[in-house]
Amino acid sequence: MNLDFSEEQNQLRDQVRRFLEERCPPKAVRQVLEGETDYDAGLYKGLAELGVLGAAIPEEYGGVGLGHLELCVLTEELGRVLAPVPVASSVYLVAEALMQAGSEDQKSEWLPQLAAGDAIGCWAINEGSGRMREEKVSVRFENGKLTGKKSPVADGAIADIAIVAAREGDGISLVMVDLSAGGVTREALDSVDPTRAQTRLVFDGTAATRLGGAGDGWHIASQVLDRAAILIAFEQLGGADRALEMARAYALERMAFGRQIGSFQAIKHMLADMYVSATLARSNCFYGAWALSSSAAELPVAAATARVSATTAFQHCAKNNIQTHGGMGFTWEYDCHLYYRRSNALALALGSLSTWESLLIERMSAGNVEAAA
Amino acid sequence: MDFNDTPQEAAFRKEVRAWLDANAPKHLEPELKRASFGSSGLTSEDPIEAGKKWQKKKAEAGWAVLHWPKEYGGGARTPIERVIWGQEEGVYGVLSGPFTIGHGMCGPTVMAWANEEWKEKLLPPLASGEDIWCQLFSEPASGSDLAGLRTRAVKADDGSGDWIINGQKIWTSGAQNSDWGLLITRTDPDVPKHKGLTMFFLRMDSPGVKVVPIKQANGASGFNEVYFDNVRIPDDQRLGAVGEGWKVSLTTLMNERLSIGSGMSTGFPELFRFCMEADVDGEPAVADSGVRSKLAQFAVKQSGLKYTGMRAISALSKGETPGPENSIGKLVAGATMQELAMFALDLQGESGVVWDEDSPQNGRFQAMLMRSPATRIEGGSDEILRNIIGERVLGLPGDIRVDKDVAFKDIPTSGSRK
Repeated sequence: MNLDFSEEQNQLRDQVRRFLEERCPPKAVRQVLEGETDYDAGLYKGLAELGVLGAAIPEEYGGVGLGHLELCVLTEELGRVLAPVPVASSVYLVAEALMQAGSEDQKSEWLPQLAAGDAIGCWAINEGSGRMREEKVSVRFENGKLTGKKSPVADGAIADIAIVAAREGDGISLVMVDLSAGGVTREALDSVDPTRAQTRLVFDGTAATRLGGAGDGWHIASQVLDRAAILIAFEQLGGADRALEMARAYALERMAFGRQIGSFQAIKHMLADMYVSATLARSNCFYGAWALSSSAAELPVAAATARVSATTAFQHCAKNNIQTHGGMGFTWEYDCHLYYRRSNALALALGSLSTWESLLIERMSAGNVEAAA
Repeated sequence: MDFNDTPQEAAFRKEVRAWLDANAPKHLEPELKRASFGSSGLTSEDPIEAGKKWQKKKAEAGWAVLHWPKEYGGGARTPIERVIWGQEEGVYGVLSGPFTIGHGMCGPTVMAWANEEWKEKLLPPLASGEDIWCQLFSEPASGSDLAGLRTRAVKADDGSGDWIINGQKIWTSGAQNSDWGLLITRTDPDVPKHKGLTMFFLRMDSPGVKVVPIKQANGASGFNEVYFDNVRIPDDQRLGAVGEGWKVSLTTLMNERLSIGSGMSTGFPELFRFCMEADVDGEPAVADSGVRSKLAQFAVKQSGLKYTGMRAISALSKGETPGPENSIGKLVAGATMQELAMFALDLQGESGVVWDEDSPQNGRFQAMLMRSPATRIEGGSDEILRNIIGERVLGLPGDIRVDKDVAFKDIPTSGSRK
């Protein structure tokens, strides 16, 4: 038994951390926050050249062919610096969906472009307010044409292709849309976290091709979501760790009542609790990484476990990072709110916390109790 | 990353399983399965006698105290082998409960500080379950502030070199069954408190030692008060130098947190089983989304602790020192157990108040509710553990201390405040 990343994987982490420290300082995140640009295109290209985007994509499809453990390591680093790039949409979701269900033609056409950062993908499942479920899908796919609205869609404004869940006959299918081909309106949505822009996509008889079998869409989507949930959990883990580090640094530096505020138990214990939730999340994420990389039978339970734990940890650490900073933490100038925004946006991405909590217990009840015993 | 046994691990597991199959006291299994919170579950046999029998059997076959060296009666097994043994021993491990403090804390302290002669005399009977040990640390006026202890050790004035002990200890688990005790005392009240302490070990049947069980808030009596009235201890039963007791105690406490924190149960598997069966509004409790949310949060704490433990084992297997992450174990397990017990009673509706044989799982959750406050206090309270994480793991500054450079006798006490 071995529940740890290898030395090579940790070297990869160091390499990408150094790259991101240089290429993705808070200033880069703020340029997207303040609307100067939709995403950091230079950084995204750099990540492609470094092999980050194609880490888990096989070499025959233009990837690096390392694997999902490596992708988890890289993902955590992206989460630490709040990288304002569409990796989650394009890689964890769209590339994963193509690898899971794409035809040979679809894979050969799109995976190399996604790996190279030449094309960006987005994942269009949601339809308005409320927890998303199969019955709520109203976008229709008939005779190769797509009609209806999807929102919110992360990175919908900058994507070249979309994977859309649509009603086809009696079932739900996934379809691929070339967003540059016309017949699609993109409406920007204001959001809690502008560093990952949200969009409404309106399809009006837009040409689309099916991904996977007719009526298999919800099943495929749920498999893709499980895999993406583990990757997002690593982003959350990176964010939680960074928020804790920021709080710790401030607790050491800030003086009040003639002493460092970190010497007060009220602050110290709050930070200890942040460490506890981040540690639990890390251990659960390792379990998720193992399940993802080995496609274990426990993957659905492991995904929900990692996801619930990491969501809880990131929200906990981000809000208490602001609390530790006091009033300064609530200024636009300090970076605390960037982590607070991202923690709350990621808590909803791929389905909300309560959705995943419910899924975890549903899956455990279905027979895989050992996973958490 | 790999969760499967290596071929060596699988072979070891097979060996353990075969030995247990041939030797475990299977007739006790149904009773041991009911073990919970301070009770071994045994009714047909005396738990201490049954424990001693099982420990002896294990010792004869080389399966006792797997983390100790062989020369002192241990099994000298690797961390991963210990984990496999624990998984396979299962409920029978409950039988070795009376030896936990001796094997986990007192023994390692003796091993680190006693001379060879004493080690050879004391450790093998502790390993084989012939002797039971207790740890005489906490006092009525010094719990979290252990170094504030007041039990005095004074040199006898007869030139024998012996020490005369007077004072009182409290919260001593298993003192009523113990043969030996590890005792920390104050030998010098004129120096700052950490500097005037000295550690000894003594026979619990020494003249002047009196053990009085404490009736606890949950009605049980696992803990004791221990009184010392002119108890004489020979100087060669001292561990470490005079005045070095604090340093010696750190060996014990380090082992205490390791042995208490690792593999602690939160009670989640039992709660989950209960929720699969319990009826809430005409459906199993797990069908209710509110119940599911609560359960999921308990589930990820339980699994988080489990995989944190596995990370430590992975590090040990590779010959590395585990990181500080294991310091979270007891903090998480204690608080989770308490919340979880309250939730389990909540799901029982008004009858959750009833605590008898007909209560779900024989009243396990009621027992858990009433025992869990102690878990959050014993072996380092939640607050002390948060200080440890804050200061040793995160490197935050210590609290400002008003007693640090003051002679012990001049430190204000609860009684001296008017």
